[in-house]
Amino acid sequence: MAEHIDISIEHKNLPESSNNDKPHPNTCPKCGSHYGDEELVANLRVCPHCNHHFPVRAMERIKQLADEGTFVEDSADLRSEDPLEFFDVRAYTERLVEAEQKTEQGDAMMIGSAAIERIPCEVSVMDFAFMGGSMGSVVGEKFARACERAAERGVPLVSVTASGGARMQEGILSLMQLPKTVCAVEDLKDSGGAMISVMAHPTTAGVLASFASLGDVMIAEPGSLLAFTGPRVVQQTTREKLPEDFGLAESNVRFGHLDAIVGRRDLRPYVGRVLRLFSNNGA
Amino acid sequence: MARDTELHLRDRLSRLKSLGLLRGASISGELARLQRQLERTSAPTDEEIWKHVELARHVDRPYTLDYVERMFEDFVELHGDRTRAEDPAMVAGLGRFGGRTVALLGQQKGRDTHERIRRNYGMTYPEGYRKAMRVMDLAERHRFPIISLVDTPGAYPGVAAEQHGQGGAIARSQALMSRLTIPIVACVIGEGGSGGAIAIALADRVLMQENAMYSVISPEGCAAILWRDGGEKVKAAAALKPDAVHCLELGVVDAVVPEPEGGAQTNADEAARLLGEALQSSLEDLSAIPGDELRRRRRARFRSLGVYASSTASTELSTEAASARK
Repeated sequence: MAEHIDISIEHKNLPESSNNDKPHPNTCPKCGSHYGDEELVANLRVCPHCNHHFPVRAMERIKQLADEGTFVEDSADLRSEDPLEFFDVRAYTERLVEAEQKTEQGDAMMIGSAAIERIPCEVSVMDFAFMGGSMGSVVGEKFARACERAAERGVPLVSVTASGGARMQEGILSLMQLPKTVCAVEDLKDSGGAMISVMAHPTTAGVLASFASLGDVMIAEPGSLLAFTGPRVVQQTTREKLPEDFGLAESNVRFGHLDAIVGRRDLRPYVGRVLRLFSNNGA
Repeated sequence: MARDTELHLRDRLSRLKSLGLLRGASISGELARLQRQLERTSAPTDEEIWKHVELARHVDRPYTLDYVERMFEDFVELHGDRTRAEDPAMVAGLGRFGGRTVALLGQQKGRDTHERIRRNYGMTYPEGYRKAMRVMDLAERHRFPIISLVDTPGAYPGVAAEQHGQGGAIARSQALMSRLTIPIVACVIGEGGSGGAIAIALADRVLMQENAMYSVISPEGCAAILWRDGGEKVKAAAALKPDAVHCLELGVVDAVVPEPEGGAQTNADEAARLLGEALQSSLEDLSAIPGDELRRRRRARFRSLGVYASSTASTELSTEAASARK
């Protein structure tokens, strides 16, 4: 017993764990089960033991959702500029290069045409691995283009979000991506188009406060954080006691902000069903 | 981009000069200030940027109701979102401005401790945005132009605010503004704090007072995240460039509204006169444009904002569409 007490006292003063101490990405943070990558991919990155939903990269998400071979990427050539010449402890341009090398993505969103359960649609999918899925000029532009393509083709838009919010390194221009994406959704809706918003963990701040909240149908994955302000900042700012499910999809559905929480294994048929209802012939 | 700023200011200067011919000497003070502004369109230094941040938050800076009192006649404040609550951090109402009825929206901070707490330091709840939306609907039906005065550190980050749908309310307020067919003029009069600000700033003309700030995150918040030290706020502010000249350069605001020498807090009457003139001239510019066209241009204005490159084409700049707007 005495040994245990000593250990806990020592650990109180330990510095925060460094990156090396982070659990392996394939270890379930909820139940501790560990998986091989192939096993996780085959399970749509859902823990078979406890149903925890692991993060999904953009390309893998598209593979999960779209009919095989139907996705054609658009505007893959867009890259962020550095209009503010932003420099904190490192240069923004350096962070961009590193993110692209790490993720093999040009920015935090992929868009293109696809079919889901044989219904043609446009998709826009965010990639949290690229600078926390933050929305700068490229994400805003890609999303606006996805809305325009959907309107031109007369097909619905399926948006999948995972984002920490606006990209600080683009300053006020990143804030301007909120109204920009909002205007694009409104143009799509005016053309008679529909938008299905699928919110994955986490969909927060600027993305939640713009296009992600404007879906004709609002879907979230279980356990995902959907909050304008995250729990840590709310706690620090207000010193309020946070409910256990603060900001989670389960809380959002109870307060009326969501149509449904849909587990990843059911997501593709669910989105397909919704898309069929929005298609004119009901086919 | 600095060149565009200069052109913009010159354009405004020449317009003011022609106005001056009609209205006499009252405008000469502003001319002189604009001339000075033109001289310093070279980007402000880090210290100057921080000075703007301090002035934008100055405890004596005029707030929305200080301007309303000075610019509006017969102002009637409207309360409540008709669903759940009244949010004193958001002011809405109707009044006579420039001889006609105009709808007013704006965040309101408090002057003393009691009032600050009552107004929640200008941090709006979703109910505040819903109140604003209700008044936007009313304005649309009666063809009242909208004046929106932005002054908030940000939307309130609290448990109830989240439960009542803060993110969705900000999104829907913007969506509604993008649908309106009446003229909308917004001006950032103090702190333009992120989502909380843009929720009521999707306007046909976006103005910004000389010492206001408009930013995606507070310098303190940015410093805490990127520097891991909230104390690095001056550096963070310099990096974020939230001052009026930079916002003008980036095409985020259409014009900078001059303030009395030393800042709006030195002379609220003069600040209100200058703001009133700028709002009036913007509304006059917009009055002849048909509603559908207004809405189309408003959306095109925001659609064009952003700076990015593509490997197949040269960098597209926000200024491209800025000229298309005219």
